[in-house]
Amino acid sequence: MRRRHFLGTSAALGGLGLLAACAPGSDGGGGDASDGGGPAAGDVETDIASLGDVTLTVWDQEVRGAQNDAIEALITAFQEKYPNVTVDRQSQSFDDLQQQTGLALSGNDVPDVLQVNNARGDMGAYVADQLLTDLTGYAEAYGWEDRFSDSVLAKMRYSADGVTFGEGALYGLAQTGEICGIYYSQKKLDELGLEAPATWDELFALVDAAKEAGEQPIMLGNLDQWPALHVFGPLQANFVPAEEIVTLGMGNAGADWTSEQNVAALTQLAEWGTSGAMGDSPNGLAYDDAWPLYTKGTGVLLIGGSWLAPDMEAVMGEDLRFMAPPPGADGAVATTGGTGIPFSIPAAAENKDVAAAYIDFLTSDEAMQLIADNGGMPVNRTAELAPESGVNKDVYEAFDAVSTDGTLLPYLDYATPSFADTAGATLQEVIGGQTEPAAAADALQEDYAAFTEGS
Amino acid sequence: MARSWVTPLLFLLPAFAVYAAFALYPLGRAAQFSLFEWRGFGASTFVGLQNYVDLAGDAAFRAAIGNALVLIVFYAVIPLVVGLVLAAILRRGQVRGMGFFRTVIFLPQVIALVVVAVAWRQIYSPVGPLNQVLEAVGLGGLTRGWLGDPGTALASVGFIGTWVEMGLVMLLMLSGMSRIPAELFEAARLDGAGPVKEFFAITLPAVRGEITVALVLTIIAALKTFDLVYMTTSGGPGNSTTVPSYEVYFRAFDLREVGSASAVAIVLTLLIFAINVGVTRIGERES
Repeated sequence: MRRRHFLGTSAALGGLGLLAACAPGSDGGGGDASDGGGPAAGDVETDIASLGDVTLTVWDQEVRGAQNDAIEALITAFQEKYPNVTVDRQSQSFDDLQQQTGLALSGNDVPDVLQVNNARGDMGAYVADQLLTDLTGYAEAYGWEDRFSDSVLAKMRYSADGVTFGEGALYGLAQTGEICGIYYSQKKLDELGLEAPATWDELFALVDAAKEAGEQPIMLGNLDQWPALHVFGPLQANFVPAEEIVTLGMGNAGADWTSEQNVAALTQLAEWGTSGAMGDSPNGLAYDDAWPLYTKGTGVLLIGGSWLAPDMEAVMGEDLRFMAPPPGADGAVATTGGTGIPFSIPAAAENKDVAAAYIDFLTSDEAMQLIADNGGMPVNRTAELAPESGVNKDVYEAFDAVSTDGTLLPYLDYATPSFADTAGATLQEVIGGQTEPAAAADALQEDYAAFTEGS
Repeated sequence: MARSWVTPLLFLLPAFAVYAAFALYPLGRAAQFSLFEWRGFGASTFVGLQNYVDLAGDAAFRAAIGNALVLIVFYAVIPLVVGLVLAAILRRGQVRGMGFFRTVIFLPQVIALVVVAVAWRQIYSPVGPLNQVLEAVGLGGLTRGWLGDPGTALASVGFIGTWVEMGLVMLLMLSGMSRIPAELFEAARLDGAGPVKEFFAITLPAVRGEITVALVLTIIAALKTFDLVYMTTSGGPGNSTTVPSYEVYFRAFDLREVGSASAVAIVLTLLIFAINVGVTRIGERES
């Protein structure tokens, strides 16, 4: 009896709390202070030295070894160039930064420069809420459009209402690049008596030949669900025109996952998955267990991101090679890739001109050199900065080829806020043989259509 | 002279204030959030009970609840049965190094679940120890990626739970059994009862209270599982191992549907509450 009484009291108090509290998110914030519109090129102050003493607050996620070294060096150089500017840098891991960005941006005390993930769920949502500054004017003043390729800049463009991704105003600028391609072991290809494939048909033949020779053709660890997206992205480009993949991947209206070509791509993935071309149980193997296995000799190919190159090279040395996928459906090379996390300026930032100068400095030609020296992959000047030898030479050349002559396809999970989960789960089932390719296409289409038609 | 009714409440106040600030207020806010459509920042829209209505037709949510109920078998029922039998054996026999075995069996409770999950992920890996052992003893046909096969993934995650909870249950049972007077067993033995009869006639009724406590604790652990799933399968393959707590996290931080996430959390809270009230009632009624 006593307990029931106590519960009743608790419920009543909870109810009081309900009445007293205001609706979530209604207590206003810095977002109201500005409409997110940026200055015109003529209004941009590029003479930073004339602005007096300024403290620039920067939040970034470049915490790993080489990245951290590069940023630290750049900040020192920036402060030497402009002695009146002090950079107050706060760095934390990507996950930590991503989860607090929403709250931070809607508050009043925002940083001047902040790294914001390109995806619709992140940058897109903030653009729609007018929490980020349109950088178009700065881009003109500093000549960013000449510095960057269109394919790269598109990954940071949104329409002002956040509905269209890939076109419109510029909301961020990235320093580094990344690309999904095909790693191969030169030794294993020599043993099989084969060359690196120049066409997708040669690649399919290579997979068959490797299988016949008793090798595991492709290494994949897909327990984490997302690694399959980095395999399917390049593969999809063999069946589907790049333009259509861009529309699908950016979550813009006008494409269809259930098209014959998309189903053909899914069918090929299913064939690889169920025939054992990717090992007995790719879905049971963790991503971070898979690539070490590859370095120890399991698997002829590994399809994945360029960020794996340094760690795998440390074990495999000269044996490890990397290539962009063979030319896709429309004759040009196209593969999943993009930029590091872009640097953006919050709409409520105090020192926007200095912030823009900082971003300009981070993406300057000298900065690209510094990133390359520290072992990262700069987003610009990639070909000329390529190292003399080693797998990074392949990686740089592949990125340059794709970003200048081909198409950098967006990560498919950019498309809708829920697409990472939908595509991750669906591709896992395709590889495991639990879902037919056509049914998988329906599931992907359902998510995509619900988003594009809803917005 | 009647004492003021206020005095006892004043004594309760400090503790209640802490409880209210850190338990009741967040609960109330979660209940409130569940009535809104909100991304975690910016403006919110009041939608009434729509989030709950949507959950009723949400396949991922139903899968999560179903999986959680299956996990109860692995987290609560199996550890209880095994723990009871183990405890009864340990109590009877004069096992040498008893303290050592107790520590070993209880150890999983002490290790951080994230560490447990990473270790088991290795064990279940297609190239991991489990498959290696199966190969070695000639059961190569059974090998698979245990976490990647929809038929075995949930059971594999559940078994980790069994491993973790078993020690706790056994320890509770042992402490309960140690309270049983030795004369009772002696009397039973004089009456000609064997070990099995003795177990059902004396041991089991005597530890009924401990069984209730063990069930409440392990069922709560089963229903709010998050770390194991997050670290081993992320809910996959497909949706075959997703659980309500994972759905809460996923909806709030990945989909930015704070309202829907709160609704799942509230439903989960009510479910845990209802099941445990049931367990406690049954336990109390029979004792």
